[in-house]
Amino acid sequence: MLYREAGDYSTSYPEDSQTFPIKFDRYRYYAILAVAFLVIPFFVNDYWANAVLVPFLIYSIAAIGLNILTGYCGQVSLGTGGFMAVGAYACYKLMTAFPEISVMVHILLAGGVTAAVVTLFGLPSLRIKGFYLAVSTLAAQFFLVWMFNKVPWFYNYSMTGMIGSPERTVLGIVVTGPATDAWAKYMVCLIFVTFCAVLARNMTRGSVGRKWMAIRDMDIAAEIIGVNPLMAKLSAFAVSGFFIGIAGALFFSVYLGAIEVTEAFGIEKSFLVLFMVIIGGLGSIFGSFAGAAFLVLLPVLLKNLLVGGLGWPTDLAQHLYFIIAGGLIIIFLILEPHGLAQLWRVAKEKLRLWPFPH
Amino acid sequence: MSNESEGNFVTTDGRNIGGVMMEMKNITLRFGGVVALENISFNILEGEVRAIIGPNGAGKSSMLNVISGFYIPQEGEVIFQGSPRPSLKPFEVAHQGIARTFQNIALFEGMSVLDNVMTGRLTKMKTGIFSQMIWAGKAEREEIENREAVEKIIDFLEIQAIRKTPVSRLPYGLKKRVELARALAAEPNLLLLDEPMAGMNVEEKQDMSRFILDVNSEFGTTIALIEHDMGVVMDLSDRVVVMDYGRKIGDGTPDEVRNNQEVIDAYLGVSHD
Ligand SMILES: Nc1ncnc2c1ncn2[C@@H]1O[C@H](COP(=O)(O)OP(=O)(O)O)[C@@H](O)[C@H]1O
Ligand SMILES: [Mg+2]
Repeated sequence: MLYREAGDYSTSYPEDSQTFPIKFDRYRYYAILAVAFLVIPFFVNDYWANAVLVPFLIYSIAAIGLNILTGYCGQVSLGTGGFMAVGAYACYKLMTAFPEISVMVHILLAGGVTAAVVTLFGLPSLRIKGFYLAVSTLAAQFFLVWMFNKVPWFYNYSMTGMIGSPERTVLGIVVTGPATDAWAKYMVCLIFVTFCAVLARNMTRGSVGRKWMAIRDMDIAAEIIGVNPLMAKLSAFAVSGFFIGIAGALFFSVYLGAIEVTEAFGIEKSFLVLFMVIIGGLGSIFGSFAGAAFLVLLPVLLKNLLVGGLGWPTDLAQHLYFIIAGGLIIIFLILEPHGLAQLWRVAKEKLRLWPFPH
Repeated sequence: MSNESEGNFVTTDGRNIGGVMMEMKNITLRFGGVVALENISFNILEGEVRAIIGPNGAGKSSMLNVISGFYIPQEGEVIFQGSPRPSLKPFEVAHQGIARTFQNIALFEGMSVLDNVMTGRLTKMKTGIFSQMIWAGKAEREEIENREAVEKIIDFLEIQAIRKTPVSRLPYGLKKRVELARALAAEPNLLLLDEPMAGMNVEEKQDMSRFILDVNSEFGTTIALIEHDMGVVMDLSDRVVVMDYGRKIGDGTPDEVRNNQEVIDAYLGVSHD
């Protein structure tokens, strides 16, 4: 009797197309939001914020962004790291050039700049598909990292070649720079995650989302129902870039505070976010969160359990992490392309009918 | 032959056949050395069911692909609703009110039946991406209006029960029906059906024939369809184009075509698939 659909009928089309058509799901969603906004900020400490919560929230945004492009629109990208770097550097340049404007605005604008850049790199997608498109985004990844290293204007000619986030406040509260409190970092990221998730959900449930999925499933049929493939693909690149840019800007300004581009936004980042999307579930907003949670939590768990608990050497625990993550990716790719989100859906379907499965 | 008589008459079952909706003029289409269509001319009248028949490889699908913009003929002209049509991309053709189904089903396998049919409304859904992001207001209103239109089609084609089913789980016959639903959702002026009954059993064929006739009589939709089964063609269509090896060898009412010696030799005489 925990999870019931019976007696829970949709009586109108808006009801039928809501995000959580089953009441129980809706209540759980409000409960999670309430805990996230009203409870966690009072208890979060530095360790939890920096090791788990803040990276989880930021990677969730990046995963939503990549999921729009790859999961919904079917365009594989290996450029996520480089695109996050665009967001980070755009944010840095804006923060230093216009210190009087709120950093929240800068983060949004960084998303906009990244959207434009990613759209540019999306142009070849009209001609090339699949593997070849992936390779072209890989080229974008290397080009962007190289550019941010080579052109001193991007790092304001600093001696180290690194960029550091100046201290900025929102409503008198420090949100960037070394003096930032754990809860403030968490709150800023939470606000952006909520914002991005709502936008993504809205776009994917209406005509824009259907255009993307049509292109993903069969581009010829998409054209025959009136979808302009160029516009559909480029809009997916733009929206994806917007989210990934916000993630990059947060990663730099709120989370790390100072970065070196090769280290922070190298090719490993691209793969990490792609793995989050695959494990979490292609074409699912919830899956983006699940995948990010899984790959952020797994190493922390293994470290605490194996290194802290059983006294294993650190590198052994790390190798185990690679083995588990790699194995799961292969399993999900072969057996369940819709990832954790699909497992969750199937479990719910079973639960709905339990205890009378027929 | 009756293709010279240009429209504006009432059929025995009371449907209005109007003027010329689309005219194909001297269409020639080549693929390298292969001539898929050779100097073909015919027209489609407003409100009629026009069949295109012929053996495999005759060029029937190629003809539909020319109409829907996938193939650009080397020679000839397409005149649509009175004016010569420039060479359009398939998605532009869709926006002119021409919808179609494919010989090999072309549904979106990753989406539910409802979402597939909803994609048929994309030419009608105009809210921009920013309204979509906000959802409340314009985007939601548009979604509901179009959902209502789609539910009518779903009722019409009797697929209510599979509304939420992923298309990939449906049997072949139902997939064909969903594809028809998606095309109908666009409320097309001209509906192109490429072998809508291929691979179906007798019962499914009867259902499909009924739906095609109902679409034509209830919505007044002009239909051009490709079909192999002569019996079906005779029952469904007002006029028939017969093709063989990329050429047109007959054109007229089903009865006229049936009695045309060249057609009998080329097509009816030989057994097909
Ligand atoms: N895209 C294409 N490339 C090359 N040849 C094609 C192509 N499409 C059709 N053809 C050729 O055109 C001829 C007519 O094919 P088609 O229109 O599919 O016939 P039908 O639908 O009547 O069976 C065939 O010889 C076929 O091989
Ligand atoms: Mg064919």
